[in-house]
Amino acid sequence: MASTIRVRAIAGSDVTEVQALIQHPMDSGFVKDADGKLIPPHHIETVQFEAGGKTVFTALWGPAVSKDPFVKFSFKGAKKGDELKITWMDNEGKSDSSTAKIQ
Amino acid sequence: MRKVAFLLVAMFVGAQPSWADEKPAPEKDLKAFRDYFTARFPKLQLNDFVNGPYSMNEDMRKQWIEKEDFPPYDFALDRGKELFGTPFKDGKTFADCFPNKGIGIRQNYPYFDEKAAEVVTLELAVNRCLEANGEKPYSYVKDDMAAVTAYMAFTSRGKPFDIKIPDSAKALQAYEDGKRYFYERRGQLNFSCASCHVQYPGERIRAEVLAPALGIMNAMPIYRSEWGGMGTTARRFTSCNSQVRATPLEPDDPTYRNLEYYLSYMANGLPVSGPGARP
Amino acid sequence: MHSTIPPLLRPSRRSLLRGATLACLAGIGANVLRSAAALAADAAGWPQDAFKQKDEADAIKALYGKAAEVSDKVKLDAPEIAENGAVVPIGVSTTLPNVTSISVLVPENPYTLAASYKIPEGTVAAVSNRLKMAKTSNVIAIVESDGKLYSATKEVKVTVGGCGG
Repeated sequence: MASTIRVRAIAGSDVTEVQALIQHPMDSGFVKDADGKLIPPHHIETVQFEAGGKTVFTALWGPAVSKDPFVKFSFKGAKKGDELKITWMDNEGKSDSSTAKIQ
Repeated sequence: MRKVAFLLVAMFVGAQPSWADEKPAPEKDLKAFRDYFTARFPKLQLNDFVNGPYSMNEDMRKQWIEKEDFPPYDFALDRGKELFGTPFKDGKTFADCFPNKGIGIRQNYPYFDEKAAEVVTLELAVNRCLEANGEKPYSYVKDDMAAVTAYMAFTSRGKPFDIKIPDSAKALQAYEDGKRYFYERRGQLNFSCASCHVQYPGERIRAEVLAPALGIMNAMPIYRSEWGGMGTTARRFTSCNSQVRATPLEPDDPTYRNLEYYLSYMANGLPVSGPGARP
Repeated sequence: MHSTIPPLLRPSRRSLLRGATLACLAGIGANVLRSAAALAADAAGWPQDAFKQKDEADAIKALYGKAAEVSDKVKLDAPEIAENGAVVPIGVSTTLPNVTSISVLVPENPYTLAASYKIPEGTVAAVSNRLKMAKTSNVIAIVESDGKLYSATKEVKVTVGGCGG
C-alpha cells in the first residue's frame, strides 16, 4: 500500500527546501453526503518534520486546510543524503510516517 | 474565404452550416479555427492555448503554477502507473493492447476505426482492453479510468496532437457530427459549446473564466478542484451539458466521441499537456 | 417546520452538497470526536481551543495569549480571486527576526484559525499552504517574532463556481 506522504526535499547551498503533499480527505465536518447526512470531521491535526535528530517544522492543522494538503517550507543545516522524517496524526488517531532522502 | 465567413457567422447566430453539396474539408476548418484564436489573442504563444483558463488570466495563472509544483493529480498518476503495470487475470497487461506498449501514444487519440466505423477514444480503448482480457470495464468518467489515462497522457507530455481523419465517407461523417454538436445550441440556457468557448474565451461566465476551444482537449484527463478529483473528457462533456440545462448523453455516446474527435483534430500540432489541473 | 430564515435565503440542498466553499451556510457546529490517541496529540500540542474559536481576536488570544500589531514586514501571498474556494494557495513570509510561529486565520470561515506552524531555530520564516475558504474573506497572517505578534491582512474574493455547477 503506497504511502500517503509525497515529499520532495532539495538541498541548496544555504537551505533545504521541502515540499510535501499528503493524501487525506481533510473532511471539515460541514459537508453533507448524497443522503443529506453530515460527513464527520476527519482531518490531520499535526505534521512533524524531523532531520538530524531534531524537529525542523511542525504544522498544526484544522479542518480549513485543503483536501490532500500541501505544505512548503525551508530549513538550514541539512545536506544532500541526509534523511527527513515526516509524521502526521489526525483527529481519529490515525497516522502515517515516511522518511525521505534529501536530494 | 467565403466559407470561413459563413462559418463565423453561423457560429454567432447558432445556425448549422449546411454542407450538403460540399465535401467536408477538415484541414480548411483547422486553419480557420486556429486563425480565429490566434488573431483574437495575438500575444499568446500557440502552445499556450492548451492551458485553458490559465492562458487567459494572470491571477489564475499564478495560482495554477503554484499548484503545479506539487499537483493535485499526483496521487491519481501514481495509481494509474500502478494499474497500468498490474497484470490482468489472464496474465496480460495494458501494454499488450496498445501500440508502443501504451507509452507515448496519447496524441493519437481519438482515432477512426474504419472496420467498426466509429471513433475510438483512449477511454474506450482502455475499457475494450479490460473486457478483451476478462476484466470488468472501468467507469468511463473518473477514478481508475482517469488514473490510467492520466498516466498514459503523462508519458506523452509534450508530444503534438496527431489526430488523423482518413479520407473516407464514414470518417468525415463522424468528424462532421462532432463539429455539428459543437456549434449546435441546446438546453434551457440555449448555449452551444461555441457560445462560451469560441465567443467568449477569457471572459467570465458567472465566476469562471472561460477556456478557449483551441487546445481544450490537450490537458485531459483533469483534476478539477470543483470535483475534488479526476475526470475524463466525457465527465466534462456531461457536466457541461447539465450546466446549460441540457440532457447529457451517456458518457461513451458516439456523439461525444465524435465531438472529441473534432476538437482534438482542431488542436493538431499543439502539445499534450495532460494530466491537467483545473478550477 | 417553522424556520426564521426567509425562504429565498435558505440554502438549497444542492448548494450544501457543493462542498466546503459553502460550508458556513450549514450553520451546524461540528462536534469534534476525539479518540484517545488524538487526545494524546493534544498533549503533544494541538491547540484544540484555538481551533474552535469563531472570532479572530479570540483565536489569536487562545493560541498566543496576546494581541498582534500590523507590520509591513509580514508578507502575505494570496490571490485576488480564488480560483476555487476549496484550494486557495496562501504563502506567508517575513523579514522579522527570531520567528517562532506563523499562523493563518480566515475570519469568515466557521472556525477562524486555519493553520499554525512552529518554526524552530534554523528554519526559514516562510510557509506555503493550501486552505479552504468558505466565502470572500480577509486572510490574516500572524508572525511571532522575539515573543511579539505581528500581522498582515489581505482580502481574497471567493465566488461560487460559474455555470451553475
